[in-house]
Amino acid sequence: MRLEPRSNVPVHLAVLAPAGAVVLALALTAIPLLWADVPVAQAYALIFEGALGSRFALTETLARATPLIFTGLAAAVAFRARLWNIGGEGQLYIGALAAVAVGSGAIAAPPMVMIPMILVLGALAGALLMLIPTLLKLRLGVDEVVTTLLLNFVVLLFVSMMIEGPMKDPMGMGWPQTAPMIDEATLPKLIDRTRVHTGLILALVAAVVVWVLVNRTTWGFEMRAVGASPAAARFAGMPVARVMVRVGLISGALAGLAGVGEVAGLKGYLTLDLSPGFGYSGIVVAMLAQLNALAVVVSALFVAVVFVGADFMSRSIGVSNYLANLIVATSLLTMLAASLATRYRLRLR
Amino acid sequence: MNEILEILLSVSFWAAALRIASPLILGTLGELVCERAGVLNLGIEGIMTAGAMAGWMAVYQGADLWTGVAVAAAIGMILGFIHGVFTVPLGLSQHVTGLGLTLLATSLSYFTYRMILPDVPSPPRIEAFQPLAIPYLSDLPIIGPAIFEQTPLTYFALIAVAVVAFVLYKTPLGLAVRSVGENPAAAEAQGIDVYAVRIGAVMVGSGLMAVGGAFLTMSAFNAFFFEMVAGRGWICIALVVFASWRPGKALLGAFLFGAFDAFQVRLQQVVGGDIPYQIFLMLPYLLSILALIVMSRRAAYPKALMIPYRKGER
Repeated sequence: MRLEPRSNVPVHLAVLAPAGAVVLALALTAIPLLWADVPVAQAYALIFEGALGSRFALTETLARATPLIFTGLAAAVAFRARLWNIGGEGQLYIGALAAVAVGSGAIAAPPMVMIPMILVLGALAGALLMLIPTLLKLRLGVDEVVTTLLLNFVVLLFVSMMIEGPMKDPMGMGWPQTAPMIDEATLPKLIDRTRVHTGLILALVAAVVVWVLVNRTTWGFEMRAVGASPAAARFAGMPVARVMVRVGLISGALAGLAGVGEVAGLKGYLTLDLSPGFGYSGIVVAMLAQLNALAVVVSALFVAVVFVGADFMSRSIGVSNYLANLIVATSLLTMLAASLATRYRLRLR
Repeated sequence: MNEILEILLSVSFWAAALRIASPLILGTLGELVCERAGVLNLGIEGIMTAGAMAGWMAVYQGADLWTGVAVAAAIGMILGFIHGVFTVPLGLSQHVTGLGLTLLATSLSYFTYRMILPDVPSPPRIEAFQPLAIPYLSDLPIIGPAIFEQTPLTYFALIAVAVVAFVLYKTPLGLAVRSVGENPAAAEAQGIDVYAVRIGAVMVGSGLMAVGGAFLTMSAFNAFFFEMVAGRGWICIALVVFASWRPGKALLGAFLFGAFDAFQVRLQQVVGGDIPYQIFLMLPYLLSILALIVMSRRAAYPKALMIPYRKGER
C-alpha cells in the first residue's frame, strides 16, 4: 500500500474533499458539545436557521461574507506564491484607517469621487503595509510569517492611538472611535434596511479579477511558478523578487479593501472591534477554497454561515458563540487532511 | 538621565526582567526543540493559550498548583501530537497546520472557559505560585533578590534550559533530535526512526510552551483573561532565530527582552503622559522584528527545517 502523487485533480474530488472536511469538522466539534451536555442536533439546526432561515438571516450572512471574501482572496493570492501573509488583520485595519482619514469629513466631494478615492487609498495602505515584510524577506531573509503576525499587533496599537488621539470623534461622548464617514463616502446599501452593502459586489468582482489574474495571465503564471519552486522559476529567467513584491502588494491591497468595506459600508466609523479576526479567518477561507479565487466566494459564505448562525444559536440556547471559531478552526485542519486525498491516490499492491 | 540610572540600578527592575522573561524562556525553548528536529511550530500561540487556560482551570477546580502545571503540559503535548502527525508522517504544510492549531487551541480554550464559567462578572482568581527565596543564594547582594526570590515556575524555566542544553548536546537522544533536523536521510541510515524522533520532539517542545502559557495564569497573574498571551508565542519564534537555535542564547535573548519590557514600563511612568501609551506597548513587537532583521542574514537554520521527510525516498 503506498501513496502516489496525482498528476491532476478530478473534479469530483475537488468538490468532495472540502465538503467531507466540513462534515468531519462538524462531527468532531460535536465532541466538546456532548461533553458540555448540549443537544448537538439542536445546536447545529439553530446555526443553520440563524444563518439561512429568514430573509434577515440571509442578508446578515451576506454582509458577514463580504470582508471574508476579501481577506480570503488576500490569503489565497499570497499563499499561491508561497508568500505567507498572515497580516490580513493589520492590513484590514490600516485600510479602514486610511478610508476614515479622508472619508470622515477631511475632504468633501461627490460620491463619484469619494468612493473610488477611499477604495484606492485603503487598498494602497494595505499594500504598503505588506510591502514592509515582503521587502524584509527578499532583501534580508527575514521570515515573513513572524513579521506579518507581529505587525498585526503594532497596527492595532497604532489604530488605538489614532482613535484615542488625533482622529478621535469630538462628538463621540468620549468613546474611542473616529468621526463617522460622510454620506458621500458611504457605500450604498444593496438591499434597503439591511446591512448588505455594495462592498459585496466589489468583493465578487475582486474574486473574478483575481481568478483571471492567477489562472489566465502571465503574471499569474509567474506567481504560480514561484510558489511551486522559486529555484526553478529563477532558473527559467523569471524575476522572482519582482513577482513576490507584486504578490505582496496585491494581497495587502485586498485585505485593505476588506477594511474599507467594513468601515464605509457597514459600521460607518472606526473602532477597535471593527473586525472579529476577519484577517485570520481569511486564511481558513483560502485553505477551504484550496486557494482558488472563485471557490473563495463559496467558502467565505460557509464561514459566514457558521459565524452568523453561531451568534443566533448562542442567544437561543446559551452555548458560547466561540463554537463558531471552533468549527472554523477544525474545518481548516480537516481540510488540510482532506487535501491529501486530492493530491495523492492510494495504491494497493 | 538620573531616572534611567535609578531604574537600572534597582533590584526590583532586574527581578521584574526575569519574571517577564520566564514565559518567554519556556516558549522559546519549546519552539527551539521543535525546530531543532526540523518542525516549525506555529501552534505556539494557541498552545500557550491552552496551557494558560487548562493549568489555571485545573487549579480553580481544586487541583494543586503542580498538578495544574502537569495538566497544562499534558494538553500541550496532545496538541503537539496533532501537529506532529499532520506535519511529519502526513507531510502537510507546517505553516498552515501550525496556524490551524493556533486557531483550534485558542477557540477550544475560550469555548471551554465560557462553557464552565458562563457568566462571571470578573475573572475568578486562584491562589497562584508565591515567590520562594532560595536559602543562602537569596542573601547575595543584588542578584540574590533579583534571581533567587522568584516563583517556582521561574526556577523550573531556568532548570529546563540547562536540561534541554544537556540533552541536546551531550546525549544520544539529543544527537538524534539534531540529526533529524539537519539530515533526516543520514539519521535514518544510522537506524534512527525519523518520524518518532520528530513527533517526540514536537510533543516535548509543545509541552514546554504550554507550561510557559501556564506561567501567565499561575505565576504572573492569578486569573485567565482572553487574549492574555498577546503575541508572546510569535515573539518566541523571533527569539529562536535571535538565539541561533541555542538554548543558552535563548535564555539570554528572553532575558534581554524581559529587561527591555520591564524598562519600558518604568520609563512610561517617568516620561508620563507626553507620549501615548500605545507607543510603549508597540515597542516589544517592534523590538522582535528588529531582532529578526539583525539576526536573519546569518541565521543558521536547521538544514531540514520545514522540509517533510518521506521514508525510503531520497
